[in-house]
Amino acid sequence: MSAEAWQITWFTIGVATLSTAAILPPGVALGWLLARRDWPGKSLIETLVALPLVIPPVATGLILLKLFGRRGPLGGWLERTFGWEIVFTWKAVVVATAVMSFPLLVRTARVAFEGVNPRLEQVARTLGAGPWRVFATITLPLAARGLVAGAVLAFARALGEFGATVMVAGFIPGQTVTLSLAIYQFVQLGHDGEAMVLLAISVAIAFAAVWVSEYFVRRRPA
Amino acid sequence: MSVELSGLRVPLASFALEIDAVLAGRVTAIFGASGAGKTTLLEAIAGLRRLEAGAVCVDETVVADVAAGVFVPAEQRAIGYVPQEGALFPHFSVRGNLRFGFEAERQYPAGLTYEHVVEVLELSALTERRVGTLSGGEKQRVALGRALLAGPRLLLLDEPLAGLDAALRERLLPYLARVRDEFAIPMLYVTHSPDEVMALCDDVLVLERGRAIARGKPAELFRESERPRYELRGD
Repeated sequence: MSAEAWQITWFTIGVATLSTAAILPPGVALGWLLARRDWPGKSLIETLVALPLVIPPVATGLILLKLFGRRGPLGGWLERTFGWEIVFTWKAVVVATAVMSFPLLVRTARVAFEGVNPRLEQVARTLGAGPWRVFATITLPLAARGLVAGAVLAFARALGEFGATVMVAGFIPGQTVTLSLAIYQFVQLGHDGEAMVLLAISVAIAFAAVWVSEYFVRRRPA
Repeated sequence: MSVELSGLRVPLASFALEIDAVLAGRVTAIFGASGAGKTTLLEAIAGLRRLEAGAVCVDETVVADVAAGVFVPAEQRAIGYVPQEGALFPHFSVRGNLRFGFEAERQYPAGLTYEHVVEVLELSALTERRVGTLSGGEKQRVALGRALLAGPRLLLLDEPLAGLDAALRERLLPYLARVRDEFAIPMLYVTHSPDEVMALCDDVLVLERGRAIARGKPAELFRESERPRYELRGD
């Protein structure tokens, strides 16, 4: 395997890991809020979060490009405050994959929390456990299998993300090119051999991710 | 020890629970048909449900008072609650369930130790078992032990025998009587069985559609081995 293929592979895995790690805390928190609490604006937030699932990824990418561009509201602020440039850098790849996989994580987390019997949480409270202890010792362990499945789903979505990434991060070899982008580019250039290598790598990573999630989902709680 | 319910009001689907009562028995039965509001009453006392109006006082401590804006959260009330289905934590062993609310350093009432609770409820053979392997009666004993080990000043039992067959009910009743006699923790005992009231309770509050329609000693309300004077009526 060429050095380029290795670089693309590790870059893709790194970006998918980083974006999954970044959305895990807010995704789990939002999933819990949607499952367990009623609050004003709930259905609006629910709809906004689901949008990347239904809007064409390229359109989501364009929205992100406008938001995170130098003259965009978020991009301008990030550059002035932290000196961060987002678009057409690896950071844009993380932003695009995070936004695209966030709805999958939130939905799976919500279903996982809804599957926890609220009676167990209530009884834990009558036994003297405050809200955080109830969450950490009852809710989270009982929802854990669903949350792992959601994280794997988000990771897999991040691995394969194409449309939003290409809009907001472009094709910059060695900087923003992920497996999906590279496969497309190699095929366009007629380098089918290289494309097939990357294809095999993609399948292997996807296989491993699904296998790991099956392991967690099937394992009975201790 | 007493539970004072003053002007308590909790809205339900088709009517409201409205109770004014002082419950001071060792074991007070909350007796009534399904849907009378018995479980809601326990939830309101435990702090799992907000009141719309009124106040709840346990042992002369106000735990909820709508007019004064007082609402003590469930975890600070020291009121044990055993729901109908037991609600054991499925990811813990029996021991893990029993120890959930137990703190070795805390001052417990005399006689309330881990070993004593395990002995009274005959749980020692079960402690390493997984919750999923327990029978219905075993689950209820573990749920009762778990509630006791949190050191409650009041214990709320929601039809603990309802899901069991007649033979198991017969076998579990003595455990409940032993808990009553050994630990001197007052109990509110929700049931729709006159037999259980006669066997365990010394005071009865009869609920119908959210209201207390009768109050008295079990022997006054139910004559033994006869039909109860109060017929159960559902919705």
